[in-house]
Amino acid sequence: MAMDSDEVEVAGIQFFGKMSASISHEIKNVLAVINENAGLLEDICFMADRGKPGDIARLKKIAGDVKDLVRRADRIVTAMSRFAHSADEPSTETDLGELTALLGLLAMRFAAMRGVEIKTLAPSDPVLVTTFPFGLLNLLWTCLDCAMKAADSGKIVEIVAAKTTEGGLVRFRRLEQLSAASIADIALGRLSALPHALNATIAADETKTELIVRLPKAL
Amino acid sequence: MRVLLVDDELELVTTLAERLELRGIAAEWATSAEEALRRVEMSTFDIAVLDVKIPKVDGLELKKRLQEKCPGMKFIFVTGHGSARDFETGASEVGADFYLVKPLNIENLIAKIKEALQR
Repeated sequence: MAMDSDEVEVAGIQFFGKMSASISHEIKNVLAVINENAGLLEDICFMADRGKPGDIARLKKIAGDVKDLVRRADRIVTAMSRFAHSADEPSTETDLGELTALLGLLAMRFAAMRGVEIKTLAPSDPVLVTTFPFGLLNLLWTCLDCAMKAADSGKIVEIVAAKTTEGGLVRFRRLEQLSAASIADIALGRLSALPHALNATIAADETKTELIVRLPKAL
Repeated sequence: MRVLLVDDELELVTTLAERLELRGIAAEWATSAEEALRRVEMSTFDIAVLDVKIPKVDGLELKKRLQEKCPGMKFIFVTGHGSARDFETGASEVGADFYLVKPLNIENLIAKIKEALQR
């Protein structure tokens, strides 16, 4: 596999940086809310010291909120860990259902900023292909970025993985303004080395409302 | 003094509003640009504390729209991206009175709110 091309490497570093910045921003947000909850507890203690005891139900609510925030931070860090480990092996058996679920998590904030909702639909069975997971995530992110620009009026993009006789595919559905130019951007443009390195093909369906990435069973 | 807090993190703005109220500062909140604009149509605020990254509309655009509705309003921008550069150049780049990095220190926020209102 020709994953040593400069183009692919630079694209990979940029992708890693973009995702890391987004994840750190998400963690910062969670920490900011935890910080305010801790501050509120201090305020309640301060008032209690001055003879105005806090309401127990309010204190329980704050404790519950902090636990929820810790769970949210844990989900973010778990996604970050899975993302980082996707670069461990240049070629490994990968479940496209799991990979698209991870992509959905990584892209959540980008989507929210654009007012787009991402729905990742889990396939009933694992869709296994042997590929470079990090490179594939990079390619799928590029496609998702294009799909979000072309999202339908409900501003929803669905991502679904499925088996094919050749291997597997990932569909980005509910698109409205998918242009040949935007597909060419991915398939032939700056990142054209990426689909080539992954032996992937990218095309729109006949209705131009789906972007489809096809992958072989193995590289 | 009336403060409008705008951030898509609901819990952040509600908790911060509660803490400001405990310190005698009237605070309302919004979690989207649309909601912030509605609030400003319904009442007057002296200052807005805005997250730079608001879904659908960026913080700068929201500032412009809020200023049109409430010309004397002051602005403090808040960001999750922290760097020395943000502190030094952030406020002037976005035309804000101050630029703060999350997590916030409430006493510092209040000091900046008061300073901005005295300008």
